[in-house]
Amino acid sequence: MASLTLEPPPATDRKIAFREALREAMSEEMRSDPRIFLMGEEVAQYNGAYKVSQGMLDEFGPKRIIDAPISENGFAGLGIGAAMYGLRPIIEFMSWSFSLVAADQILNNAAKMLYMSGGQWGCPIVFRGNDGAGGQLGSTHSWSVEALYANVPGLKIAIPSNPYDAKGLLKTAIRDEDPVFFLESERMLGDTGLVPAGEYTVPFGQAALRREGDDCTLVSFGRPVNFCLEAADELANEDIHCDVLDMRTIRPLDVDSIVASIQKTGRIVVVDQSWPFAGIASEVIAQVCERCFDYLDHQPVRVTSDDVPTPYAKPLEQAYLPHKGKIVEAVKRVVGVE
Amino acid sequence: MTPAPNAKAAPRLSDTLPASTVTKWLRDMMLIREFELRTMAAYQQAKIGGFCHVYIGQEATAVGTIAAVNHDDPVITAYRDHGHALARGMSSRACMAEMYGKTTGCAKGKGGSMHMFDKPNHLYGGHGIVGAQTGLGVGLAFASRYEWEVLNKGSKKVCLCYLGDGALNQGVFHESLNLAGLYDAPVIYIVENNGYSMGTSIERGTTMAHDLSVKAAAYGIDFIEIDGMDVCTIYDRFKPFADDLRERQRPGFVDLKTYRYQGHSMSDPQKYRTKEEVADWQQRDSIDRLAHLLLHRSDEPRAAAIAPSPWHGSLSEDAYKQMQKEIREEVRDAIDFAEKSDSPDPAAELYTDVYANPQPNLSPLREYHHGAKNPLL
Repeated sequence: MASLTLEPPPATDRKIAFREALREAMSEEMRSDPRIFLMGEEVAQYNGAYKVSQGMLDEFGPKRIIDAPISENGFAGLGIGAAMYGLRPIIEFMSWSFSLVAADQILNNAAKMLYMSGGQWGCPIVFRGNDGAGGQLGSTHSWSVEALYANVPGLKIAIPSNPYDAKGLLKTAIRDEDPVFFLESERMLGDTGLVPAGEYTVPFGQAALRREGDDCTLVSFGRPVNFCLEAADELANEDIHCDVLDMRTIRPLDVDSIVASIQKTGRIVVVDQSWPFAGIASEVIAQVCERCFDYLDHQPVRVTSDDVPTPYAKPLEQAYLPHKGKIVEAVKRVVGVE
Repeated sequence: MTPAPNAKAAPRLSDTLPASTVTKWLRDMMLIREFELRTMAAYQQAKIGGFCHVYIGQEATAVGTIAAVNHDDPVITAYRDHGHALARGMSSRACMAEMYGKTTGCAKGKGGSMHMFDKPNHLYGGHGIVGAQTGLGVGLAFASRYEWEVLNKGSKKVCLCYLGDGALNQGVFHESLNLAGLYDAPVIYIVENNGYSMGTSIERGTTMAHDLSVKAAAYGIDFIEIDGMDVCTIYDRFKPFADDLRERQRPGFVDLKTYRYQGHSMSDPQKYRTKEEVADWQQRDSIDRLAHLLLHRSDEPRAAAIAPSPWHGSLSEDAYKQMQKEIREEVRDAIDFAEKSDSPDPAAELYTDVYANPQPNLSPLREYHHGAKNPLL
């Protein structure tokens, strides 16, 4: 069983933004492994649509930092073919919303190549980009793809909530032998956090305990982890104390840590920015019921996006997404405080 | 300029090859045909499951093009892939055992008819979704260029990426043509144009079907059209085309006019074409044509203006019959091997080859693990 100890803060006083942490991970790995190249829309001459790859063209040149035309299906396939050949591509989707037009390549070819070839060809590739709602981008540009893609065996899915993890997880993703979907958030790219300048990695499949409490287990991943921490602060003022578990990767899913926390708290709220039907929250709750049903003192509760297309209007979008207020309300419900 | 009536044209490229090379082409084509006939029989006996698309009629296209490139040039194709696998050097045993779903198959029984992979022979699959391999093809070519250009190793390669005429209309193919042109990726898209995407004739599904060169021109890519029913013509035309693209590291587009004698798959009533049309194409059978030349039979309708090759008539009737016998024995042995091989054990192999780096908690059901080594590796 996983030992649950509070994740210590990074041993540094150096603060950088999330986008810089991502860039640092890619640049460090590219310096040590010439097989790695970065391809995507506007990654080179434009310096990145969201400035993640700013300056990388200058350092690595146009053979390794490569602008792609708007052909997600085509350049996703190119990356997979290159990975089969022996390179280590990083393919940037400006938004994971645009990955839907590359679904055949990323779900059939990347995920299943090793199996279909009877172990002859794997696919060591990283697809990365912005996931989740941005600022009022409407229905087509606001996809949280984690639930859709986590259904497919053969993929790994990492989803950092802070700059430290962004760097450490991305380095692990680039070194992994399997296809990794790396989900960032446009809303977090400017967030700053403590990030060591040197070499470190964050392993897949090990959740971080961000806050300790005996009353309820809060489980989340990606951007909503930060809403959980805000909610936990507010709840602490009312003497309700939560374990906040940041999963860091969805596949693998560190269910051992969730179970260990529930054995202490007896209660769980899962916060998931994708839709409720067949979502990650559903999967977490199913696994919890399979693994530690007897420890539950209240039925599991999920906080997800609302079950509608993502709206444009600000008040509608705010009402639709998970936020601190919804999480506070859910935790109070499971601990029996109105 | 019109040549003088008695002038002999320059010898064709294939005429200059040793008899052993051309005889090997004949053998490869005959092997594919015999293999596919036995595949059909095995399918009808329900020994082979799923979808199964045989290559009968198209043998010259894989044999003639693969003969024109190096062994380490990457090759990738669609789901009508048994011929490419055999032409690339996969053993009949591994190919047949894969269709039988046995552990001795090229994909350990996990791929089936549509997914022939052979790493030692640089065959990057058999791909089931129409056009999906065209994206991978530009990636293989891109990576082969990156290898010598950035990693400073290896030599200039070309990737052969086969597709059927049905894939002409898939979006990913057009994206791949554009990317190949843009990045100078040395991929050669070889359209095995058998005239039908399942039951839809090319005229009903593809604009400008009578002149596919315009599609290549739209992306600034070199194009040739070749009679796909004559393996010598394929080699003669394709070899210099591929050599030039290899040297210049540019993409190409080949319209190989061929024909499948059988249905699209094993369950195709073929209402969309006439028996006469099939018979007309069979008159131009690639195996018959090459056998005629090698045996130097008098009824070969060859233009008198073309000089005879040293290998014409180099194959004796006895040697030809011996070759037929050996091929029948080889395929019979492959069937026998597939029959006798073990089926995969679900307890041991269901959860293997999903992840190259299996980790705990990737699935709520079971842990993934490494499986038995692939028999080809």
